[in-house]
Amino acid sequence: MLTKRIIPCLDVKDGRTVKGVNFVNLRDAGDAVELGALYAAQGADELVYLDITATIDGRSTFIDLVRRVAQTVNIPFTVGGGISSIADVSALLLAGADKVSINSAAVRNPDLINELALEFGSQCIVVAIDTRYIATENSQEHVVHTHGGWKPTEIRTIPWAKEVEERGAGEILLTSMDTDGTKSGFALELTATISGNASIPVIASGGAGTMEHFYNVFTTGKADAGLAASIFHFREIDIPDLKAFLNYKDLPIRMTR
Amino acid sequence: MKTVIIKYNAGNVQSVMYALDRIGAGYLYTDDEAEIRSADKVIFPGVGEASTTMNYLRKVGLDKVIPTLKQPVFGTCVGMQLMCRFSEENSTECMGIFDVDVKRFPSDTNLKVPHMGWNNISNYKSALTYGVPDNAFVYFVHSFAPPVCDYTVAICEYVMPFSAMLQKGNFYAAQFHCEISGDVGQKIIENFLKI
Repeated sequence: MLTKRIIPCLDVKDGRTVKGVNFVNLRDAGDAVELGALYAAQGADELVYLDITATIDGRSTFIDLVRRVAQTVNIPFTVGGGISSIADVSALLLAGADKVSINSAAVRNPDLINELALEFGSQCIVVAIDTRYIATENSQEHVVHTHGGWKPTEIRTIPWAKEVEERGAGEILLTSMDTDGTKSGFALELTATISGNASIPVIASGGAGTMEHFYNVFTTGKADAGLAASIFHFREIDIPDLKAFLNYKDLPIRMTR
Repeated sequence: MKTVIIKYNAGNVQSVMYALDRIGAGYLYTDDEAEIRSADKVIFPGVGEASTTMNYLRKVGLDKVIPTLKQPVFGTCVGMQLMCRFSEENSTECMGIFDVDVKRFPSDTNLKVPHMGWNNISNYKSALTYGVPDNAFVYFVHSFAPPVCDYTVAICEYVMPFSAMLQKGNFYAAQFHCEISGDVGQKIIENFLKI
């Protein structure tokens, strides 16, 4: 049976993993390659490496790290952060990444999704959507944000998720900026809506604090994969424990030991 | 031992090379017929779309070379599909090593297509799965697959049972990506290199 995936996310700056509450107050959680290999050995189903500074300061992506990760780990991994062209993607895939994640560039130029899917195949194109709930006197909407989740756009999240699928995305990485860093649980309702509408897998991100939160996002939230960072990096939840718990709760889980 | 990875427009095969590096197996990445024919083992990887890759194989003549190889040949993912008779992906005539047609997963179920992620394989009948635990998990990314047939040597289920692995004589194939399927995938590659 196809299993629910547990995905540690490594936010990377200068080859090292960093993660802070709501993307500020960065704390050092170690060497990015070593940590990825550790997670793979522990039973992580995939890894995501995000070059978190790339969009903000325009820094180019992190090819050398990607190459070292690909040489070391034997599970799939996705890379993202500041990717904006066919050339960027080509370089990352050639370095050994299995998938790339695009975010701000897809919002700026949605045709990029079509172009990348055509050039490299949908299976390796992940579209990351950072979303925040905005309530004003006149409206309450889930709104797509860019630039690390700080900059609101005019785009509504739910139709955007459908659009990226139609344009050829192979997977959606949905991060709720409302729950990210709070450890209060994933955004279940929004995740369920988007995953229920989609015929491609949805990775839920933002808000994981307990093992129950993962159970909830795979059941109520209908997610195909759950992603988290700091709770893994700081050993608040160990991946083998989490997978044993979800397996005990009768979810389809890849048990490796 | 000389291992060749067949070079063609098969998308990204870097992770296949790294997987061989991790095992410590040397390899040559080439489309040269003489080099391919003189290899002890041939790996035929694949990421991409069936008709484009098949057209390329025809253009460079590899469609005639691969089916006549005598040494062990291991096709993975789209490589496996191209070794079948026909693929529903853009109605592509393939090389016909395995007398079976590649079908698209029906999209009228609640299950998502592509089939992406870790799924378990069973009913092993191949030297490639020696030492691999029953119901081992491997990593799939595909929308098309050959059904269970006479050449099936491992089965996976998604929407329906399908061939996770095929074998006929010296031709071996896997629908999943051994190179990123953790220790199980590595074991299967090691087994192929030991045949």
